[in-house]
Amino acid sequence: MLLVNDKNQVQTLLPKVVLSPSFLLILVFVYGFIIYTGYLSLTDSHMLPSYGFVGLENYQKLWRLPLWSRVVKNLAIFATLYIGVSTVIGLLLAILLDQKIRGEGVLRPIYLYPMALSFIVTGTAWKWFLDPGIGLENTMHKLGWLSFSFDWIKNSHYAIYCLVIAAVWQSSGFVMAMFLAGLRGVDNEIIKAAQIDGASTPTIYRRIVIPMIRPVFLSAFVVLAHLAIKAYDLVVALTGGGPGQATELPATFMYSYTFTRNLMGIGASSAVIMLAMIFSIIVPYLYSELRGERRS
Amino acid sequence: MTTSTQNAIGTGKLARAAIYAVLLVFLVYYLLPLYVMVANSFKPLAEIQEGDMLALPHVFTLEPWIKAWSTAQIGVQPTGLRPYFVNSILIVVPAVAISSVLGALNGYVLTKWAFRGANLVFGMLLLACFIPFQIVLIPMARVLGLLHMAGTIQGLVLVHVVYGLGFTTLYFRNYYAAFPDELIKAAQIDGAKFFQIFLRILLPSSGPIIVVSVIWQFTNIWNDFLFGVSFADFSSLPMTVALNNLVSSSTGVKEYNVHFAGAILAALPTLVVYIVSGRYFVRGLMAGAVKG
Repeated sequence: MLLVNDKNQVQTLLPKVVLSPSFLLILVFVYGFIIYTGYLSLTDSHMLPSYGFVGLENYQKLWRLPLWSRVVKNLAIFATLYIGVSTVIGLLLAILLDQKIRGEGVLRPIYLYPMALSFIVTGTAWKWFLDPGIGLENTMHKLGWLSFSFDWIKNSHYAIYCLVIAAVWQSSGFVMAMFLAGLRGVDNEIIKAAQIDGASTPTIYRRIVIPMIRPVFLSAFVVLAHLAIKAYDLVVALTGGGPGQATELPATFMYSYTFTRNLMGIGASSAVIMLAMIFSIIVPYLYSELRGERRS
Repeated sequence: MTTSTQNAIGTGKLARAAIYAVLLVFLVYYLLPLYVMVANSFKPLAEIQEGDMLALPHVFTLEPWIKAWSTAQIGVQPTGLRPYFVNSILIVVPAVAISSVLGALNGYVLTKWAFRGANLVFGMLLLACFIPFQIVLIPMARVLGLLHMAGTIQGLVLVHVVYGLGFTTLYFRNYYAAFPDELIKAAQIDGAKFFQIFLRILLPSSGPIIVVSVIWQFTNIWNDFLFGVSFADFSSLPMTVALNNLVSSSTGVKEYNVHFAGAILAALPTLVVYIVSGRYFVRGLMAGAVKG
């Protein structure tokens, strides 16, 4: 921090003046809006906001809705698999790429490019690829493998896994990049010392390297978990929430209840629950990161 | 001793081959959807309907691309995706510019002119990066209405500036935090003022972080769907929403080749940015994730 000449009033105030538009925007459009939506979730709002206070009635209604139970269950399946599979693939690819691979400079950007795409594009590509009538199944039939069947996207029990396939495709390269950065930060001397002691490569990774990059696991988890809770575009483009309600997630639920079914109070309460889920993950994480920053 | 050394280096030929095999399998996984989109966007519809999706086109045609760009039915009008591509540019350019300029100034103030409570302000900006936007949709729709910006390009620019500020501030703050305070003190002693210090001393060395911020904002705003679908009306729909309308419209025959061409058109700007400056793209992702 710099010492500011107190006599120079303008120079003292100027930094705050420069910061204030952003601060006000965030204060109103983020925190003010959160409070407003939180309040709406306690009212009898339907098509338009109304201010009749009904306490926690919307939340009670919400948790009694079969669709909301379905949504919560879908999110649990989707988030668990999405986070788990992306982490496993990301770590695997990072470790393999760290073995002095020829062509790493070509492979790495290809693994990562889906992250630059819109979920709508990803959804469109996978939607037709997974479509049994036109995509993979049809292709296999044309190639002569007539018993091949892959109709998950049309099957209400399996459609949620199609969501996982496409979402993992989009983000696992990013997880790979995070792990690779972590691996490259591990001190080579430690690995060499272990090698001299006769440890095998898998042992070195399992016992020494992976424990050392534990913070990356936490970062990856936080990023993936918050993406999973927010997932919206991909569902819209890939399955539209169907078949039936098989792939509805909190974000699609909130949108349809608020804007299509005109049950704004319930829509708002589902948004508040989404926020609570994300904050319960992100706030402790940011707090520890910022504290660590200050200490170092 | 010999065997353990071999293990340690881990360069058994079989192991190397297995590593390359796994890496290649994933290469196919990541490239396959892109290949399917590109290959089928050059086929006539009949060839897709009866043929296999993995084959290269027998009859090569640009028809789907022309149709996706200029004549395909989006909603009620046969305009193709072109006007929506233009909308996205009209939204992205000012939103990226404004949020990056504000982010740079915020980062400058928060690191070099920090005041009591500056960390709290930063914490609030940072937390705003992660909120699920569902929590702001309802009041945002009301406020845009009150500002007479509902369904306009300007309204979407405002929305994207507000919700991009956290990220741009984060980037510039972390970058400027590493900038030596001594240089700024020296400039102050020489009589340089607030904006002079920023323009003459910090800005000239901000190239890399400006690129990171611009790329991140460009990618995010171009790829936005939720705000577009919530706040745009027909004259201001961004590309992603138009593409989704094209693909999910239930009328008539499904023209997969046109859908694929449209999807590539929607992906092209961010893909080009990624190919040209992937290093900075990754850096932006990392700064948002690891440095929190």
